[in-house]
Amino acid sequence: MSTPQNPSQSGSKPTSKSLLPGILKGLATTAKTATRKTHTHEYPDVAPDLPPRSRGVIALMEENCTSCMLCARECPDWCIYIDSHKETIPATTEGGRDRQRNVLDNFSIDFSLCMYCGICIEVCPFDALFWSPQFEYAETDIRDLLHDKERLGGWMESVPPPPALDERSAEPAEIAAANKPARMPRGRPK
Amino acid sequence: MSVLEVVLRSVAVLAAFLVFPLLVGQAEHKLMAHMQGRLGPMYAGGFHGWAQLVADGVKFAQKEDITPRAADRWIFRIAPFVALVPYLVAMGALPLQAGVVGIDVPASAVLVLAATSVGALGTLMAGWASANKYALLGALRSAAQLVSYELPLVLAVASACLAAGTLSLSGVVEAWSPWWLLWQAPGALVFLVAALAELQRPPFDMPIADAELVMGPWTEYTGLRFAFFLLAEYAGIVVFSLLFAVLYLGGWRGPFDDSLGWLWTLLKGFLVAVLVIWFRVAWPRMREDQLQRLAWLRLLPLALIQLALTGIGVVMTS
Repeated sequence: MSTPQNPSQSGSKPTSKSLLPGILKGLATTAKTATRKTHTHEYPDVAPDLPPRSRGVIALMEENCTSCMLCARECPDWCIYIDSHKETIPATTEGGRDRQRNVLDNFSIDFSLCMYCGICIEVCPFDALFWSPQFEYAETDIRDLLHDKERLGGWMESVPPPPALDERSAEPAEIAAANKPARMPRGRPK
Repeated sequence: MSVLEVVLRSVAVLAAFLVFPLLVGQAEHKLMAHMQGRLGPMYAGGFHGWAQLVADGVKFAQKEDITPRAADRWIFRIAPFVALVPYLVAMGALPLQAGVVGIDVPASAVLVLAATSVGALGTLMAGWASANKYALLGALRSAAQLVSYELPLVLAVASACLAAGTLSLSGVVEAWSPWWLLWQAPGALVFLVAALAELQRPPFDMPIADAELVMGPWTEYTGLRFAFFLLAEYAGIVVFSLLFAVLYLGGWRGPFDDSLGWLWTLLKGFLVAVLVIWFRVAWPRMREDQLQRLAWLRLLPLALIQLALTGIGVVMTS
């Protein structure tokens, strides 16, 4: 039927004259739709085709984590729990100094609180957190949504490779920094 | 007719009454889904959800049967049967083939029309007895619709019977010739529109307009009684589709109609039912005043013209 947005069509008012072509058009439209392919996704039987940047769940690459706590502090609803301890690594050479490093004991995300803002992933300086498109982790008890580092690490397999940059986009920060010429000491003649 | 034959015929009619509405209902599920770009039921029964309506029936049977405290208890409880049983009677009088009919009465057209008008009374009773404003409004709309569409419906059938010179549905089919497709076309159109209104199917579903009246006269119903109303609706579609096929499309007339006549009747009836479903998907609901204007200013004159046309035709050819 004709609409106010489309006054060029014959009979902008729904008068009785435009009624008959209108109802025939309705029949034609539904018949045409019936012959086309349906849009239904048969989800549990057929896996959904998700876009590459889907925010399904947060995966943890434990090796990259330094227990710096940045993610836990930036999290708006405080749903990341981190415990760690310091471990001494004995010196490798004679007379050298012992080193210390952080060892991650516990890294848990409570997905009943998480609001999928992705700030933890943005803020991680060591690329230890990733978005995974995996979304099938529903539980019947809300307390079971607290997932530890083994579970978070298990989702690393489902993390897709990063999508290619858009055409004509700026260079990635790392490459831009590496290509920048070294700074010249001040006052030195050229 | 022996007792055994009566029982056998009754069982056959009852089986048809329980199977055909489900077929139409399933066809509606699937056709409507595909017309809207969906798949429809896919799980129940395994293959493309063929058992969906059986599953629905099981679900309805498990539900609690509630009668509102303020309701007129007895009227409320028998209303679904008043809506359902007339269609069973009508189905018994519809011929599928020469001799293949539940009960062959001389004036079966009158019997079928009378029975189907009683069906709408069930809706009225349900609405009045529910003690619910939405139900009452729906019932009054239904009554107004019944009054205005019964007349064109009867006139359209009268025209077909006049053309055939008999009130028997079998007789109408015997008298039918392909010329009727042209000669009785206005009458067929009037019959189709009036039947849609009689069935309260879109675009004439004001009595149960769910956006305005919740579920109209069925608002207070639950469980099996609600299911009976739904069954009555689909049985009504079956009855009117078969009646249309018998009156205007020549029933069992077609190739091999000695042996496959019943199949032709069912096929033609099913095509009409598909049309009814298609209208539901394609068209929006009409307003109450539009409905009345259509009935009194368009359909009634058209039915009278058809009656005159039929009279002229009968006089000229006899």
